[in-house]
Amino acid sequence: MKITWLAKMAWRDSRKNRGRLLLFMSSIVLGIAALVAIQSFGGNLRDQIEDEAKALLGADIAIESRQPIPPELIGFFDSLKMKFAREVSFASMVQFFPGGGTRLVNVRAVESGFPFYGELETKPAKASVDIGNQSLALVDRGLMLQFGAKTEDSIGIGNLRFNIKGEVLKVPGQSGIAATVAPPVFMPYNKLSQTGLLQKGSRLNYALYIKYPAGFDTRLYESLIKPKLEKEDFRFNDVAERKKEVGDAYANLTSFLNLTAFIALLLGCIGVASSVHIYMKEKVQTVALLRCLGASGKDGMGIFAMQILIMGLIGSVMGAFAGTAIQYALPAVFADFLPVEVQPKPSWPAIFTGIGTGVLAALLFSLFPLLGIRRISPLKAIRASFEKGDKDPLRYGAFILVALFLVGFAWLQTGDLISATYFSGALVAAFGILTAFAQLIIYLVRRFLPVRQSFIWRHGLSNLYRPNNQTLTLVITIGLGTALITLLMLIQQLLLDKVKFSSAPENRPNMVIFDIQDEQVKPIEKLTSDYQLPLLGSVPIVTMRLHGLNGQTVEKLKEDTTNGISRGLLNREYRVTYRDSLIESETLVEGQWQGKVAKPGDSIFISVDDGIAQSLKLKIGDLVVFNVQGALLTTYVGSFRDVDFQRVQTNFLVLFPAGVLEEAPQFFVQLTRFDSTAQSASFQKALVSQFPNVSVIDLNLVLETVDEVLSKVSFVIRFMAFFSMVTGLLVLIGSVLISKYQRIQESVLLRTLGASRKQIAGINLVEYFLLGSLSAFSGIAIALAAGSLLAKVSFDAVLLPQPVPLLITFGSITLLTMIIGLLNSREVVNKPPLEILRKEAG
Amino acid sequence: MLQVEQLTKTYPTGDRLLTVLDRVSFKVEAGTSCAIVGPSGSGKTTLLGLCAGLDRATSGSVILNQITLDNMNEDERASVRNQHVGFVFQSFNLLPTLTALENVMVPLELRREKGIRQRAMDLLTQVGLGDRYNHYPAQLSGGEQQRVSLARAFANKPAILFADEPTGNLDNETGETIEALLFDLNKASGTTLVLVTHNLELARKCNRVLHMKGGALVADEMLSISSQNQPLA
Repeated sequence: MKITWLAKMAWRDSRKNRGRLLLFMSSIVLGIAALVAIQSFGGNLRDQIEDEAKALLGADIAIESRQPIPPELIGFFDSLKMKFAREVSFASMVQFFPGGGTRLVNVRAVESGFPFYGELETKPAKASVDIGNQSLALVDRGLMLQFGAKTEDSIGIGNLRFNIKGEVLKVPGQSGIAATVAPPVFMPYNKLSQTGLLQKGSRLNYALYIKYPAGFDTRLYESLIKPKLEKEDFRFNDVAERKKEVGDAYANLTSFLNLTAFIALLLGCIGVASSVHIYMKEKVQTVALLRCLGASGKDGMGIFAMQILIMGLIGSVMGAFAGTAIQYALPAVFADFLPVEVQPKPSWPAIFTGIGTGVLAALLFSLFPLLGIRRISPLKAIRASFEKGDKDPLRYGAFILVALFLVGFAWLQTGDLISATYFSGALVAAFGILTAFAQLIIYLVRRFLPVRQSFIWRHGLSNLYRPNNQTLTLVITIGLGTALITLLMLIQQLLLDKVKFSSAPENRPNMVIFDIQDEQVKPIEKLTSDYQLPLLGSVPIVTMRLHGLNGQTVEKLKEDTTNGISRGLLNREYRVTYRDSLIESETLVEGQWQGKVAKPGDSIFISVDDGIAQSLKLKIGDLVVFNVQGALLTTYVGSFRDVDFQRVQTNFLVLFPAGVLEEAPQFFVQLTRFDSTAQSASFQKALVSQFPNVSVIDLNLVLETVDEVLSKVSFVIRFMAFFSMVTGLLVLIGSVLISKYQRIQESVLLRTLGASRKQIAGINLVEYFLLGSLSAFSGIAIALAAGSLLAKVSFDAVLLPQPVPLLITFGSITLLTMIIGLLNSREVVNKPPLEILRKEAG
Repeated sequence: MLQVEQLTKTYPTGDRLLTVLDRVSFKVEAGTSCAIVGPSGSGKTTLLGLCAGLDRATSGSVILNQITLDNMNEDERASVRNQHVGFVFQSFNLLPTLTALENVMVPLELRREKGIRQRAMDLLTQVGLGDRYNHYPAQLSGGEQQRVSLARAFANKPAILFADEPTGNLDNETGETIEALLFDLNKASGTTLVLVTHNLELARKCNRVLHMKGGALVADEMLSISSQNQPLA
């Protein structure tokens, strides 16, 4: 069998090359490990979501609304013998005792019984079952730690004080990150009214959790319950819907992680390609000889394809096993982002997919040099040929196959062919740029070689363009690796910068006090003044809902599914304000701003944010009727504004002119500025003690929370980038080491001719310094260009890279290249030339 | 056995053509030995390569063992070489990762013959290296490597053997040993021998000497048995 002979020859030829072949394949181990780890983890997460589907919701159905759940609906479920639990949740200040520290939290007043599935994890365990009829609260663990509170301390919510029964460790269906952003405090439902927090203007979220009775025919959900809820316009989730939502969200996460793992694999493949390219160059004589003896071109290619296949398989299997082991660490890495606890276990589909991907990638990326083997002339056995061969059309085919692999894999991960094509196109473009850059270097050095420079510099420089130089290979390999790693770093920085508020000059507010009732305005202004805090704004807010647009009621608009207006915008509560002028964060883009209604009865011209105006399909002059807490108010669209919602100001989608809403039921928001944490803390303590219904947003705290969330996100990104960085390092080592034999021959010859140790080392240092620095420079330049484009297209932002991390990257890559190059030549300078040649030949 | 007609080889270099072989024609009868001599750059190795089907001529034809090589593709030529041709190279050209025995076996493995191991061992023994069968080329001296190369060349019982400066990299004494071995094996197997050399003493051992100069065949000298081993003019 021919295959047997090819395998035999592959084995024989590998005898003196196994170390090098294994080095090639180590390039793909980490990439495959990352892929298998992520895919195994993703598979286990899907299984866990499937197993814990009911616990994600805590009920069979969850109904949510901004309005109280009507008793008729509750009666409906009662008639079906279903268990239910009501919940009201809202943002509110709480105060810890002793100590008096205050914080804005997510208060959840819930009836006993919830969650019906899953468990509220508490410390002490099972603390939730005792919460029913007493003034007890369960407080988020993070909050307890922040304020040094203990179980049996107390917490003030509104007008009531509650004893802290325990710490909340985990809420079913909620990730750790969610608790960081909005730490929960659980209290009994029947104590809610006594807190005095159910005021006009309070943003309350109502929920009703339903549990089916035993033996319930779930077909009734589809036939009876779901249509009723849809008809009455409630937001609701069933277990299947929740499972799908959660599954989809984490599918996106694992797709993103798979892409980052793919980058590590790609780096490895580049390493394989460059190593195989140099390896094949050394096999020319062997293949030429085999052709003299009667082997065909395909035989020659088959022998080395077999080696690549076996090494690819070994590398992929090693990677798959490493990935299976690594995935045991992933639950800890992603713990804060997951709604369930993942039980890691080996995933055979992930393992086999990883192995298959690795073998395919190794073969594909070796295809280009392998195809060249077919056309090696047997004449090379007796002389070097200086005839140029014809272009090999199959090599174009190899490029196309590689491009298809890139696009196909990215498409599998993103599910979007356009994004996948852009991603692959960007990689190919980077490859092309680096190739052109390398060739430019070769041309420039050859053309402008400084002949007056020292021997070491001239020799080091000329190594860049001499026959068998490694300039092209190393610039592409190191450059692409540097580009990918730097880009990951820049994306991370971009995400962090995106959410940072611009640093406010001294007169900008950094504290927002809201839910202020009419009669509390003056007393709070006085309190603010007592604490030497400036009053930077006092903004009235009136809540209202849409009644109709251009003569059509909201109900009619909701029935028309072709008008393109979202039901959410039609159903939602609008919080509007009134004034006679625009503020700094607003820019008029169309129409005219009325400012003030001259006398009662005059037409009212409102100003609408241009984004929401587009969503509501509004034009200047359109008729908009609002329901202001029972009273209908007719208005006309007078202007559109562009609102900068990122500015720290009370920004509104809808703005009324002065002279209309002054007598309407309203509450207030005040803006102020504190100069120190101590001043903020003491003011908040006094404010919450005197006005427990009022809430405070401390922007410094918001930034701290955002930083905390983003530091967790960036840890995950850095964890994934670790695979790329280590692979990049392996590829760098491999690329430099693979060309060792050529370098050794030249260095030995120089030694024989009398070059000193210092001169040999100096020549190598110069060459690797230039290769490392030019490659790192080109990689960083590509990353900056790609990052700027990404910032503009995806985030509509300008990339502002920090120079220090870039300089560190540049320096590290250059230094590493030089060190590895020097280590390569260490043997030459320390041992007799003949000993080295014998060792290399043997 | 070997018929060469108006064989020409040119290479484009820059904006001109370099003529390495210029309308060379000759015939070599089966079972005879023929030396191709000439100074460096005379086209000897190029001629050898074309005769062995290692390269394509610019014009002219080569008929090897009644097989016309001109219009064959590379794989067909490789097959012809495997079936009919043996090679001995100046720089031995053993596969460095194969043992001596495995190097000898390669041509037979390509023909998918059975029982090749014993045949290869016999050949190695014939060249005096039976006890070194499992040594790698790096473990053999130059002369020993060339002996392995000889064993490999005769492994597939070729109709014609091409030798390119077979003693070029060897000292005189070792070279003589190799020469003797080459001719003994050749005589025993009845193979046609085409030998490229600039060693005139070696050339004298052949039946015929072709003199090359500047890419052209300038002299064709048939040597009688008595004039063999005599110095060439």
